[in-house]
Amino acid sequence: MSEILFFDSTLRDGSHAVKHNLVADDISQYCQNADSIGFHTIIVGHGNGLGASSLQVGESAISDEQMLTSARKNLQKTRLGVFLIPGFGTIRDDLSPAIELGVDLVCVASHCTEADVTKQHIEYSRQMGRDAYGILMMQHRASKEQLLQEALKMQDYGAQGVILMDSAGSSVVDETAERISYLVERLNIAVGFHAHNNLGLAIANSYVAIKAGASIIDGTVRGFGAGSGNCQLEVLAGLLWKLKINSHLDFFGLLNLSENIVAKMMLKPQGITATGLVSGLAGIFSGFAPHVEEAAKRYGVCPWELFIELGRRKMVAGQEDFIVDVAMYLAQRKKTGEDGYQIEALL
Amino acid sequence: MKKIKVGIIGTGNIGTDLLIKIQRSDVLQCSIFMGRNPDSIGIRKAESMGVRTSLDSIDAIVKDPSCCEIVFDATSAKAHFYNAPILKKLGKYTIDLTPSQVGKMCVPAINMSECLDVDNVNLVTCGGQAVIPLVDAIMRVHPDTSYVEVVASISSKSAGAGTRANIDEFTQTTKDAIISLANAPKAKAIIVLNPAEPPMLMHNTIYAKIDRPDIDRLRDEILSAAEKIQDYVPGYKVTLGPAAERGRVTTMIEVVGLGDYLPKYSGNLDIITCAAVRVAEEYAGNRILKMGIRR
Repeated sequence: MSEILFFDSTLRDGSHAVKHNLVADDISQYCQNADSIGFHTIIVGHGNGLGASSLQVGESAISDEQMLTSARKNLQKTRLGVFLIPGFGTIRDDLSPAIELGVDLVCVASHCTEADVTKQHIEYSRQMGRDAYGILMMQHRASKEQLLQEALKMQDYGAQGVILMDSAGSSVVDETAERISYLVERLNIAVGFHAHNNLGLAIANSYVAIKAGASIIDGTVRGFGAGSGNCQLEVLAGLLWKLKINSHLDFFGLLNLSENIVAKMMLKPQGITATGLVSGLAGIFSGFAPHVEEAAKRYGVCPWELFIELGRRKMVAGQEDFIVDVAMYLAQRKKTGEDGYQIEALL
Repeated sequence: MKKIKVGIIGTGNIGTDLLIKIQRSDVLQCSIFMGRNPDSIGIRKAESMGVRTSLDSIDAIVKDPSCCEIVFDATSAKAHFYNAPILKKLGKYTIDLTPSQVGKMCVPAINMSECLDVDNVNLVTCGGQAVIPLVDAIMRVHPDTSYVEVVASISSKSAGAGTRANIDEFTQTTKDAIISLANAPKAKAIIVLNPAEPPMLMHNTIYAKIDRPDIDRLRDEILSAAEKIQDYVPGYKVTLGPAAERGRVTTMIEVVGLGDYLPKYSGNLDIITCAAVRVAEEYAGNRILKMGIRR
């Protein structure tokens, strides 16, 4: 088994859980305490990446520049990473300034079937001498063959690895293992997995991904993240310890980080709420949750039905504006007295 | 009636949709359809329509400069950087449908008259064509608007190779044009591709931060701006708003295409190809008028 690289998305995915309200002190303090844990990279920024602070997905309390400066000052051993979705951030406005600020690694993400939009940003990052990884978001929406095709494009563009992102937390373990080993056998670059916990499978999926040959695990401390949260890194590290698989992580340091730093950043403990579970079943990006709950309240519709209808319409990450559209449609339908959804609608 | 000869470079979704729309024009005639890809469906389509084709792309015009007076460039921003100086030297009126920002940015409903006596006109992006006239309306009613954000969702099937290769310029140019053409003080553009089947219609959302919005006046101005676009893009429709909540005004738009080359979900093709034809027809009309006077 090759060494596992841990990508720590606590500050990036956790941003969703606090409606993008992390401040410079949170980031400085976290980085000070996380720098010696043994993570390969600490990814910092708005939950949807560079340049994503917006009315569409939520505004950050502080600028990307402030976030990156705070992190850069406090990271010596660990790479500083950023996340970028083409169509949100641009090279001129966002990526180039981030690289100026000393970012070491760039994760360039697209919906799982649209990898060709990552070409410009992966190539640019590599030309600037930075590490670049490709992220296929909402990976449950594509077959393993499609995922391979898209991952091969990212490999061609110069990505050093491809991470499958289970953005909706709707993947199940057998399928995860099959997808990862299919990619590992056919790519020349590292393969990774980023889990969400909507179905309670984030640790299990990450574990089977490692068993299937994944060499990158992307998770968060305390599971801090969008919706039902992520692969809780200290739990995974504990599991690997029990199984005598060397993670090269400072386990007690990780526990301290979780109990003393991350716990204080959280507004509430990370758990699986009914809405989180339905969102996973509907296959919708976890970051939609606060917007769905708000729209459901405003238009007097059921948030679960709203998630299911969004899933039926196959909405992708970044389409948060459709939530209001669909909520209004459901409110209208409720008035005319049509039947509500049955669970079969999901299958 | 006399027609002005036009050439189209780029045989992808946008070029082919243009080709079909130009067939219906009273003042334009497509005399050459150029690209590089021998397997392009567009090339076969042009052949079946009896239009002269070439796989030499812009070199075809260099070899035979009299083949056309107006050139549409539907390639990519990178290719247009190469094509633009050549077309300028040849004196061709150039309508650029890539997000290169080489020429004067043009949204017909706003500034067409200023774009007819320059040599190169840039049509921003499909997202820009869809939202800028409405942002302009918002800015006229509320010059105090502090920030404008637009989100364009388009179906994956209607986003061709050029659009994908240019996603960065697409995003940046849309934002830049909102500031420079519609006078927003600060702006952001977000572009999302959605692969759902059946494909979704082109959908745009405009958010504007306004402290005390005058919704009645905003509605009047937005709807009348939308009507102007409907003159050349019949399937353009405001589907929601303007609606105000918590210091922001939200407006949503759907664009149904004419279904010329790709089916009707590709409103993003129509919004930019219809704008291009509109500009070309205006230019051609003026040329024909001048020729008539000279005679």
